[in-house]
Amino acid sequence: MRPLLRHARYVMAENPVTGLAFGLFALFLLAAILGPALAPYNPLQSNVAMALKPPSAAHWFGTDQLGRDIFSRVLVATRLDLTIAFASVVLAFLLGALSGVAAGYFGGWTDRVVGRLADTIMAFPLFVLAMGIVAALGNEVINIVIATAIINFPLYARVARAEANVRRESGFVEAARLSGNGETRVLLGHVLPNIMPIMMVQMSLTMGYAILNAAGLSFIGLGVRPPDAEWGIMVAEGANFIQSGEWWIALFPGLALMLAVFCFNLLGDGLRDIIDPRMRT
Amino acid sequence: MLNLLLSRLATAIPSIVGVVVVTFMLTRLLPGDPAAYFAGLAASPQAVAEIRTKLGLDKSLPEQFVAYVGDLLSGNLGNSLSTGQPVVTEIATRLPASAELTLAALLLAVFIAIPLGVLAAVKQGTWIDHVCRVVTTAGVSLPVFFTGLLFAYVFYYLLQWAPAPTGRLDVFLSPPQHITGFYLIDSALTGNSETFWGALRQLALPAISMAIFSLAPLARMTRGSMLAVLGSDFIRTARASGLAPRTVVFTYAFRNAVLPVITVLGMVFSFLLGANVLVETVFAWPGVGLYAVNALITSDYAPVQGFVLTMAVLYVALNLAIDLLYGLVDPRIRLDS
Amino acid sequence: MTAVPTLAIEDLSVEFRTRSGTVKVLEHVGFSVERGETVALVGESGSGKSVTAFAVMGILDAAGRVTSGRAMFGGADLLALDERDLAEQRGRELSMIFQNPRTALNPIRRVGRQIADVLVRHGGATRGDAPRAAIEMLKKVRIPDPERRAEAYPFELSGGMCQRIMIAIALACRPALLIADEPTTGLDVTTQAVIMDLIGELAGESGMATIFITHDLALAAEYCDRIVVMHAGHIVEAAPGRELFARPRHPYAAKLLAATPGETASLESLASIPGGLPDLRRADLPPCRYSERCERRTDACAQPLPRRTVGDRHIVACWNPL
Repeated sequence: MRPLLRHARYVMAENPVTGLAFGLFALFLLAAILGPALAPYNPLQSNVAMALKPPSAAHWFGTDQLGRDIFSRVLVATRLDLTIAFASVVLAFLLGALSGVAAGYFGGWTDRVVGRLADTIMAFPLFVLAMGIVAALGNEVINIVIATAIINFPLYARVARAEANVRRESGFVEAARLSGNGETRVLLGHVLPNIMPIMMVQMSLTMGYAILNAAGLSFIGLGVRPPDAEWGIMVAEGANFIQSGEWWIALFPGLALMLAVFCFNLLGDGLRDIIDPRMRT
Repeated sequence: MLNLLLSRLATAIPSIVGVVVVTFMLTRLLPGDPAAYFAGLAASPQAVAEIRTKLGLDKSLPEQFVAYVGDLLSGNLGNSLSTGQPVVTEIATRLPASAELTLAALLLAVFIAIPLGVLAAVKQGTWIDHVCRVVTTAGVSLPVFFTGLLFAYVFYYLLQWAPAPTGRLDVFLSPPQHITGFYLIDSALTGNSETFWGALRQLALPAISMAIFSLAPLARMTRGSMLAVLGSDFIRTARASGLAPRTVVFTYAFRNAVLPVITVLGMVFSFLLGANVLVETVFAWPGVGLYAVNALITSDYAPVQGFVLTMAVLYVALNLAIDLLYGLVDPRIRLDS
Repeated sequence: MTAVPTLAIEDLSVEFRTRSGTVKVLEHVGFSVERGETVALVGESGSGKSVTAFAVMGILDAAGRVTSGRAMFGGADLLALDERDLAEQRGRELSMIFQNPRTALNPIRRVGRQIADVLVRHGGATRGDAPRAAIEMLKKVRIPDPERRAEAYPFELSGGMCQRIMIAIALACRPALLIADEPTTGLDVTTQAVIMDLIGELAGESGMATIFITHDLALAAEYCDRIVVMHAGHIVEAAPGRELFARPRHPYAAKLLAATPGETASLESLASIPGGLPDLRRADLPPCRYSERCERRTDACAQPLPRRTVGDRHIVACWNPL
């Protein structure tokens, strides 16, 4: 653990951007947890008299077509956006890591089934498949989570499979087997924990993509429904006013979205450098 | 060469089968009664029952699957509720618009990303390298619909350099004679320069938005594979033979480094075909993506199904083409098979 | 022996900067090669043989830096030339071939083209004549069916064939000096002999000087006029091959000879050398980098290394030679 910490410090010093990403991450986490408490206005409260006002001291990010405070809406939306992304990443991890580890460990038909499943998903342009899934399952937030998890599944399954395959014959697995553990126990208790670091990297790398994907779906009207505050749908609402010059409605939720994705992408790169310096590109 | 073609075709077949099975499953996953869904919200119970029989939903799943495959083979993707037209023809007429946009974005991305990646590798650790890293990470973090909106605001509303973000061509210009369906190519072929420039101006912002989004995988792969190649034994031989630096970097290193870049094109296409939907929505681009989004809004299900299936088949075909291209470029694969 | 040597290396020192400090990879290395002469550079891996060659060729990694020395070649100091002038010389006046010939050739370029590239670059042939000239070179290195082989890619050829291609590339412009860096590593024994004979013969025809880098003393003795023994970045002994074999003076060279299976040595007498190369990053490296492994070490060894002439062209860097 100590050499890892030292290496982490080295990576941070070498690449201050990673430190910045960690700072941003903390900020987003704070906004997600405390957002509703910190918001100066009720994010759903419309006020027609105050509609379409540009940013001011009272409304930092201006107001939208219904007179709602955009700053409050952007702040409150953090929780929903991050929850969708996080839930889908966790789901993708559970599905992908378990089936991937099983495929790599047992081989044979388990491997073929998991591999075929992953290949089939990868045969689609991923965002298009996500659209199809949400359209079929119904226009609900939970379905965005499911769709995003499904399109990320192959990544997790493949990484987990490769890692488990390498470890199948290794000493510690053999030792666990010889000391009388059943196959399932060896798999869950010994193989899975060993591939956790690499899966963590995978999770932070996919988190940014998951946020983008979820926001994209809600931008075209899938999943999140008005008047809920969510970055993608807020940008979509603002899109109608761009041509008449009311830029702030789309800009601020869009910036929040961009910053969040940027933060997770940098974080993922940084984590990868810390956990596995060889993978650095 | 024929062997290569056949072996690659053989790997594409399971993908197509998988795609058909998944799209079939998607049509049966509809919550509630698919027939009611396909019939639309205002349909009478009688109409729903009619649709149910018409779609074969009263039959067993395997029978339904056979019927589904039969429909696909005869080119039947159902009809759009809102227009009453066959989905196949509507998609076919809109496909060139999407293809032109996607390919323009791809070309743009390739022409920016590859030189950037090469420079970053050759000048590893310098400011160019850092710029490359920041640009690519930022590019892939930008929500493509947000970039598009931002561009529209800055270049149309503020600067008035770009035309209004409303489709492929200004309403005052007439589309060129239909040859390929690509406005740029058709207007160039017919020597219609006014339409050519008009189409190019409309295309610029959406294509740039999409290109920025797909820069990252290309530039990163170029940089990485270029670095690997520059450190390899045969580059040392080339330098030891006194070959000019330009020959070493371009003729020797770059041609080898570009091979792995071809393999990421598949991922880039996945990015682009998804981004295409969002960018078409922002720029009112009359392609298949906008068609699907409009159908989604009106709960018109058949066009969405048709869109997903078309994109998937197209994507499989593109991956096949990429594989073949790789085989053509790399003698080790071309001659071995 | 008053002729000007083809290459004279004097006082060459090279450092590598690494994450864990500066490594003095070469220190005060000096030797020369004359026209038509073959000199072997012998030592364990990590002793600095290849680095010496790379420094002379000007193809050191970015982390490596020449800190002192000269490499006089054709009246000019190679180490002082700028990259452009040096690139003009490389492949034309001085050439190099490497180990692992299959990875040392461009995998996606026809071998004929690779030879032609060098010819065109150095004015050995015009672009139009180059393909024919390349086939001539293939004939010269005795590749059967050269017209067809010129169209082949490296992966279609055997390791021995690839090394012949490498030789053809290196000798295409009739250089005055060839550096062969373990050219037979990875080839089977019969191919080894064929390649060594080929190099020797082609060198003899044109009076080319050759530096032959190897860890195989027996091979060096068989093919080379003189042997230079390196250890941890120092030259410890240099002598004509026969004399070195008859009477090695440096303790390390003696051990190295004893570890070499020859016609006279039996398997039982094969000695191994105790210890490994010292860590060259250390600040307290002794003047003699072998002293910590040496049985003949005395207090004198703490002084700077001597350079003693102990016979005709026989030099040893040791205070207590055998």
